[in-house]
Amino acid sequence: MSSLSARGIHAWFGKHHALEDISLDFAPGTVTALIGPSGCGKSTFIRTLNRMHEFIPSAAMAGEVLLDGKDVYAPGTDVTKIRLQIGMVFQKPNPFPSMTIGENVLSGLKLAQLKVDNKDDLLEECLERAGLWKEVKDRLGAHGGSLSGGQQQRLCIARALAVKPQVLLMDEPCSALDPGSTLRIEETIRHLSESMTIVIVTHNMQQAARVSDHTAFFLSDGGPGHMVEFAPTNEIFSRPKDKRTEDYVTGRFG
Amino acid sequence: MLSMTTAPAPREITTQPRRSDRIFRRVVTAGGLSSLVILSLITIFLAYRGFEVLRQEGLRFITSSQWSITTDDAGNVVESHFGLAAMLVGTILCAFIAVVIALPISVASALFLNFYSPQWLKKFLVAVIDMMAAFPSILFGIWGFLVLMPSAEYWAKILNHHLGFIPVLKIAPYVVTRSPFVAGVVLAIMIIPIITSVSREVFSQTPLDRIQAAYALGATRWGMIKAVVLPYGRSGVIGGAMLGLGRAMGETVAVFTVLNIVFQVNWHILLGAGGNVASLIILKFGEASPYEIKALMAAGLVLFILTLMVNAIADLIVKKTGKSGR
Ligand SMILES: Nc1ncnc2c1ncn2[C@@H]1O[C@H](COP(=O)(O)OP(=O)(O)O)[C@@H](O)[C@H]1O
Ligand SMILES: [Mg+2]
Repeated sequence: MSSLSARGIHAWFGKHHALEDISLDFAPGTVTALIGPSGCGKSTFIRTLNRMHEFIPSAAMAGEVLLDGKDVYAPGTDVTKIRLQIGMVFQKPNPFPSMTIGENVLSGLKLAQLKVDNKDDLLEECLERAGLWKEVKDRLGAHGGSLSGGQQQRLCIARALAVKPQVLLMDEPCSALDPGSTLRIEETIRHLSESMTIVIVTHNMQQAARVSDHTAFFLSDGGPGHMVEFAPTNEIFSRPKDKRTEDYVTGRFG
Repeated sequence: MLSMTTAPAPREITTQPRRSDRIFRRVVTAGGLSSLVILSLITIFLAYRGFEVLRQEGLRFITSSQWSITTDDAGNVVESHFGLAAMLVGTILCAFIAVVIALPISVASALFLNFYSPQWLKKFLVAVIDMMAAFPSILFGIWGFLVLMPSAEYWAKILNHHLGFIPVLKIAPYVVTRSPFVAGVVLAIMIIPIITSVSREVFSQTPLDRIQAAYALGATRWGMIKAVVLPYGRSGVIGGAMLGLGRAMGETVAVFTVLNIVFQVNWHILLGAGGNVASLIILKFGEASPYEIKALMAAGLVLFILTLMVNAIADLIVKKTGKSGR
């Protein structure tokens, strides 16, 4: 299992300074929740971790992201290799509609030109780990779009798992889903954390409390977003050190 | 107690549109139907004028390749033979060559413009391509005649040398200037702009979340394009190719300038013989007798039907090979 650390991360969109000096260590095999009001830079931060931030034309960043001690922004780094090691699940389920369920799961192999010995085993393993195998094993040839929203999101998780990432980033993976699907995905996250490092952005306090080992509270008070507090999850929710954290987790603002 | 309730009949649902809505509706309906009306009028006109010839020639009109008319001193028709086979083959052949050449070039340039080109270059190239689309076809024809043809022999020899095992590329004597191949190249250049613009437009609408999904899986740019952009744009690109094919099949002046119009069916694309229906019409129209004009009208009708058929077939292929990426 890999460790991931962010060191002094800043992010800009053009002149807009969106994120200020975030340093965070994600211990191997843990789940870290990022919470905070809308617009405080959680998505921006998580996207700097796997270098998705740089797709936005005006975007810039400073600082280091260390994967097993090596800076993912170091000159000469193949960014596609970084994204293979640090997978991502998005807010809105986004399976490839031209592909079947099975093809979706294995799409990463094709995209990154990876070879595996037994695709069927990998397919079953990934769907199993994503908690979707039982529901789709008889219709792997159906199109990804024929699944419900919650199933589609688990398909996206399975797809991310197929390339064997060390770290999985999830940006509000349940915010478009019903409560039942949300619970299924939370179960999946707990399972996955036994074998990988997970970072999850969530708007849902209970969810953070249920799935995460550590929680980071982000806030932007007009200026760039920054990290107010980072602690074991039970401490953040039971005895936060900062008044603003307490206000937020008790629902007094945000 | 068990009571039987009968389901009610579904209600008729209506609405009373506002006056402005009603007027607008009429305006757009008229606009929408106008192309249908114009097309029908032209078809009827062609069929009406060409009917006599079609009845006289029957199926020979599309199966034979003889085009001759003899009149006596008084201007009465003594003998006439009208057959379009050679021209139909030429039409299909030239247009097909054009699309085969133009499609990969257009898709590549659309991909370049959308995903690789720096912004300033993109603006410049788009302007150039739009200009190319507005270029009069006679200029393409003259260019083909003056520039392409002298060098065509060279290209044709290369093609023949390396791909001569393919029947359509085999020629014994080199008579390559004025061949369907040269005409196809000229047509290809003419239809590249339209196919490129359509492709560029559909590619640029690829949903961002799918593009991001691919990149987040460690995709290279080319991998992302293969997995996301091409499946999404596929039907649009085929639509663009159809527009190009239609234009290539109906092109008159450029083909007329380049091709030797010979009434002989020629499948050898490197051989200097052929012609297409539209160029036949322009060749004969000026000095045609009234009866021959009717034959030309019938030829126009056949060209029109051929275009419709090709479009329908292409449509069918698109639907059959389904698996839309949308
Ligand atoms: N693509 C973008 N272009 C410009 N500004 C952006 C972009 N994405 C986010 N921002 C800005 O960056 C800040 C942080 O946004 P984001 O990371 O999406 O917040 P969160 O995910 O916490 O709601 C916001 O002020 C937002 O307006
Ligand atoms: Mg967000």
